[in-house]
Parts: sequence; structure tokens; C-alpha cells
Amino acid sequence: MARITASVYTSHVPAIGAAIDLSKTAEPYWQPLFKGYEFSKKWLAANRPDVIFLVYNDHATAFSLDMIPTFAIGTAAQFEPADEGWGPRPVPTVIGHPELAAHIAQSVIQDDFDLTIVNRMDVDHGLTVPLSLMCGQPQAWPCPVIPFAVNVVQYPVPSGRRCFNLGRALRKAVESYDEPLKVQVWGTGGMSHQLQGPRAGLINAAWDNAFLDRLIADPAGLAEVPHIEYVREAGSEGIELVMWLIARGAMSDVAGGPAPRVVHRFFHVPASNTAVGHLILENAQ
Amino acid sequence: MALNRPYLDIPGTTIFDAEQSRRGYHLNQFCMSLMKAANRERFKANERAYLDEWPMTEEQKLAVLARDLNRCIALGGNIYFLAKIGATDGKSFQQMAGSMTGMTEAEYRDMMVRGGRAIEGNRRLGEDGDAQPHRQPQGAAGRREP
Repeated sequence: MARITASVYTSHVPAIGAAIDLSKTAEPYWQPLFKGYEFSKKWLAANRPDVIFLVYNDHATAFSLDMIPTFAIGTAAQFEPADEGWGPRPVPTVIGHPELAAHIAQSVIQDDFDLTIVNRMDVDHGLTVPLSLMCGQPQAWPCPVIPFAVNVVQYPVPSGRRCFNLGRALRKAVESYDEPLKVQVWGTGGMSHQLQGPRAGLINAAWDNAFLDRLIADPAGLAEVPHIEYVREAGSEGIELVMWLIARGAMSDVAGGPAPRVVHRFFHVPASNTAVGHLILENAQ
Repeated sequence: MALNRPYLDIPGTTIFDAEQSRRGYHLNQFCMSLMKAANRERFKANERAYLDEWPMTEEQKLAVLARDLNRCIALGGNIYFLAKIGATDGKSFQQMAGSMTGMTEAEYRDMMVRGGRAIEGNRRLGEDGDAQPHRQPQGAAGRREP
């Protein structure tokens, strides 16, 4: 049977991708940020999964206002890095896992979550920046990736509770897949940031760190936090953090297993307009 | 019964809800068109003529021509869509976000390096933080005569 071995959480700021692509990672501005991911790259190399289920949001790239799916699962064989207006990032094509993706779609929809099944889409920085942070600049990504896009652009976005429960359904789906695959679930986006209006540049480090604390120790309680608190305290784009609850809901302790092991935690301000948070949680073997 | 919109009292912040999305549909779809290199070239060659191909309001067109992102957002634009205009102009997200505060690029970058904008005073309208309406514009760029 397939199983979820770990979850990874990270911000996905586009400027981080640009810093990697333009070889600026050693510059004084960026050096402290990338230092926080050195352990993570080694950890991923030593704990390589068979599949990454990567929760992210599309930033008006694959989905315009013509169609706005709340939850979209990528079931294609591959996904190209998108041209977001600056030209496509020079990163490898993302290879999907159509069999597991289709299985998850079937299981999770039967569990009452209305997923949109996407057989053709390009993937933007929301998906590729986390891969770059965790893998560096390889010729190919280390394993297949199932893109899972969540609408956090147009309100109302899904609640934290719904995301958390979706994570629980995701765990059930993975554990009912026959092949013995090791699957990691990544939750991306956030932390506090606001990209618009006179309040642009908002950072709330205290709130972000409390979020990390609760994500580790009290995820069910954290899932009850309403949208308005994210927006007021962490900025209009800080709402992206609800996506981390999908990954957290997929961990074993939520279904009665032992608490996950915190293998890495990192927080840094700023990356462009944004606070960067990062966490790696391992399920007990 | 009125819809639940508890986010209307956050200073300097417009939440892109279904109502804003409806107002801004054509503005945002125009922005999406700039993801194609050929369209970026056509737009740059004659901005007004390109905008006139879209059923946008005159106000929306003028806001785009002026690169007034706050006005674009008030008229239904969303920053992730408007970012395509910035990309066409060769601007980063930080330059775009900073342009909405009245700060110069250097002032805004320095604020971020110092840890970003503080939350204190900026949670609700009526407080006294730097994002409140009575404290705009915030920097030298906004005080410059046009």
C-alpha cells in the first residue's frame, strides 16, 4: 500500500525563483534565506519520495477568470513551466503521476470533495519555486509530482477547516492505493504578505510563528481560524496559508497515529514582499 | 439577507470577492492576454488601441494607461492579473506593490528589509497605522508633483 511519509511546508515567492535562476543566491540579501533550505535539500536527497503531492495556488496563470476551480488536481503525464509574463522559468518539465492522481481524484470525490480534474495545464511559480528550494537546480525533478491547485485568489476561498478535512480524505486515498509508494505532501504559499493597496508590505512575524506552532501541535484547532483573521493579521495574500492545512490534515496523527517529528523549522523576513516560513514533518515509520 | 463580508473594515486593502471579480472581469482578462509575447508587443506598440479592443470601461482603460494600480484594484482588478502589466513593463512584484503605497522604490525596499510594515494600527479602519487613509501617501513618490 502507498503511504504518506512526510509533509513539507514552504512559501513560494516568485522572487526566490528569480534569485535561483539568475544565480543570486549567494548575494547578502538572499544568502540567509537559502541557508535555511540547505538542510532541506540534504533531507530530501536522503528521503526521496516516489511521488510528491504538491498543494499550491495558481496565480492567474492556468486559470483566468473564465473558470475558477476551488480544488483542481493535475492528472496529466506532464506539466510545463508557465510563461507568467517574464518568460518561462528555466526549470525541468514536471512529470506527473496520472495513475495515482486519478486514484486520488476518485477516492476524494467519493468523500464529498468536488475536485476539478485537469488533464492539461502549465504550472507557475507556486509549484516550481518550492521544487527549486528543495531540490536546487537539477536536470530533472527527483520524482513525479501531482499538482494540486487551490483557489486562494477569488473570495471566498476554501476555509481552513475544509482544507484540513480534505487532507484527511487525501490520506485515506493514498493509503488505499495498491502500489507501495512513498508519498510526500507539500503545502505551499504564505506566510504573511500583502501585495496590494496602501497596506502592501505587511509582515506579521508574531502571527506567522504562532501559526507554525499551532500547525505542529494543534492543527485541528488552527483549522478553525476563520478567513478574516488570516486577511486582517497576515495580509490579503497571507490567506494562502490555508493550503498548508491540506498537507497537515494528511498526517497520521490526525487519524489517531503518533505525533509527527519536526525535523526542520525555519522563518525569515523578507523575501521581496513576503515572510518566508518552512517546516518539515515526518510521520513515524 | 446580506452576504457576509467582514473584510470591509481593513485599511488599505481590497478583497477580491465575487463582486469585485464581476466588475473587473474584462480588465483582468485583458491582463491575462499579456501572457503571450506577441500581445505584449502589440500592447506596447499602441496601448490605447490595444485597450480599445476590450470591453473595459473608460475608467479602467485610463487607470491602466496611468499604471495606477490602486485605481485598477478599485475598479475590479486583482494584483495577480495586474502583475502581467508589470511584467510587460519589466517591473517586479516588489516594484508593483511599492507603487501602491506612495513610497519610492528605495523607501519600500528599506521598509521590507527592516521587517516589513507593522500590523499595529493597521488591523482596522479608525486606528492610526501607516496604512490608514488619513496617512496617505506614505512616501516621497506620492508627495511629488505630477
